[in-house]
Formats: sequence, C-alpha cells, structure tokens
Amino acid sequence: MTRRGEAVLWIAQRASAAVLALCVLVHLVTIVYAMRGGLSGAEILARTRGNAAWLAFYSVFVVAVSVHAPIGLRAVLREWAGWRGRSRDVLLGLFAFFLLAIGLRAAWAVFG
Amino acid sequence: MSSTLHVRVWRGPQPGAFQRFDVPRAPSQTILDVVTYIQRVLDPTLAYRFACRVGMCGSCAMTVNGVPRWTCRTHVDKVAQAGELEIAPLRNLPPIRDLVVDMREFFDKWTRAEGRFKGATTKQSDFARVAPDSEKRRDADAGIECIGCGVCYSACDVVAWNSDYLGPAALNRAWTLVQDERDAARVERLQAVAGDAGCHACHTHVSCTERCPKNISPTASIAGLKRAVLKAALEGEL
Repeated sequence: MTRRGEAVLWIAQRASAAVLALCVLVHLVTIVYAMRGGLSGAEILARTRGNAAWLAFYSVFVVAVSVHAPIGLRAVLREWAGWRGRSRDVLLGLFAFFLLAIGLRAAWAVFG
Repeated sequence: MSSTLHVRVWRGPQPGAFQRFDVPRAPSQTILDVVTYIQRVLDPTLAYRFACRVGMCGSCAMTVNGVPRWTCRTHVDKVAQAGELEIAPLRNLPPIRDLVVDMREFFDKWTRAEGRFKGATTKQSDFARVAPDSEKRRDADAGIECIGCGVCYSACDVVAWNSDYLGPAALNRAWTLVQDERDAARVERLQAVAGDAGCHACHTHVSCTERCPKNISPTASIAGLKRAVLKAALEGEL
C-alpha cells in the first residue's frame, strides 16, 4: 500500500464512521419502533416494498459498512496477527465485496 | 505514613525477576531517591539511569507501580500511599540490565520521522520573523518542550502491537517542525510520517497524553499530522 493509499483509507474510514453513526441510530430506532408496535413481517414488507427511500437508506448503510469494516479489520490483522502486505489487502478487498453483495441483496429483497 | 517502604525492583537481564528491598521513608522522597538509596546503601550492583534530577534531561523514566513515570519528579507520597512500590524498566524498549533500557530504537525513530530541523537560510540571512501568536507557532510551542524521556512511548499500546510504529514522541517532534515556518523539509517529513508505521496508525487511545510528564499532548500533534498528511496526499505531494 502506498503512503497516499494509507491516507485515503484513513479518511475513508472516518467518513464512513460518520455515516454509520447516523445510519445505526436510524436502524435501531426503526427496529424498536417495529417491534414495540408489534408489526408482523408482512406489515413490514408492505412498508418497504417499492419504497425508494428505504432502499436508498439501506444502500447507503451497506456501502458504509463495506468501506468501514474491512479497514478496521486491516488494522486488527496488522496489530494482533502481524499480517500485512498484499495478501491481506486482497483478502480484505474480497471481504468488502462480500459485505457489499450480501447487504445490497438484502436491501433489494425487501424492496422488490 | 509508615517508616518503611516495601520496594520490589526488577533485576537482571532476561528473564529477570523482582527483588525485594526495605527502604526508610523520608519527607519529600522521590522514586529516584528510593532507587538511589538502594544502590548506595543496599546493593551497589543495581543498574539505573539518571542525570539532572530536576526533570530536564529525560533519562530517569521507569515503570512505577505499573505506570511509566519520570522518577526524579515523582514523589513517593503520590504513588505509594500503602507503602508498597514496584519499580520496573520502561515497557516497549529492550531491557539491558535491571532498570536500564536500550533507547536506540526510540531515538532512531525520531530520525526516521525526519525529526531534524532543515533550514533554507544561511548565517548571512536576516532573522526569520515568526509571529508568536500565529496558529502554526502556537502548535509548535505546544509540543516543543519534550525532554525525550520515553514515557509516552512506553505508555503507547500501538507501539506494543506494531513495533515499526514511530511512536508519540517522534511524531510530536515531526509536528513541531511541520508547523515551523522556517523549516524547508515539510514534504519529506510528511512522507516520512505517512504510511503503515506513521501517524495514521495511531488509535487515539490518549495514553501518551495522559502520561506525558511535561503535559504535552502528542495525541493532538498526531491529529495535526493526520490532517496534514491527508491534505498532502490529496494534493499529490506524497
């Protein structure tokens, strides 16, 4: 990883953390609201299906997670497992793609 | 206040062990006084390092009851209310013998962080006029009083996990030079403190700031470097 790359990863993690702070809050409030209100699965789906706003929100959430988590894991692997270099970064790139794929699939599933 | 201190002192090259001494209490007694008493009265083979005894030279830092401290300015009253003391060498640096650690890696990292002033003028040049209340000068002044004792380096968990990490003192030094208007090596220095072992490896645990005996905040200096390095990266200077 180049020096420039390291600096860009740092700001990417900070920026995604700022997005996540908001997204996690909205997500938790939504869960609590749905559970306290006693909404059934069908009722939840009725609210999310065709709702572009929820699709956009969860898409942003998933993108932020896919950026944030692998960068954090990168530092953990460096510091706790002593693993650095290209092999680690390639694996974490795949992990980011995996998170993105399963996250967007879930967001799309409750929309379509 | 009991009249005797029970002191456990780290002895030996590796693997080493703690040795117990009983030292008489005295008013205004410092940890360095305790160590000196042990060496002069109880066991002349004890190895430790000190020079000025007044908090200027930065050579007497040790781990006292688990906390890195400058021993010449640490009073026994402050850290050993129960009359028990455990004195060990600084963490994160290779021990040589007893309480003495090898500081080479610590100072080599100052060099690696381009911690040396590089001017662009000659002795024929006029004095540089730097406004004392300018933001850059205030930043530099905030970190300039470092005495190189190694307490922050010993307190830093990132150093423990990533032995290449430059550490709080070297990065603080680099920041004071980055903010020095007279310095002519800004880009080289930002390059030196970027990367895997540089400023962005800091997790902002703030242990360095908590422990610095000079009340410097290396955390704030490193935060400044993070922003400066990012700006340089985005502008293509790295």
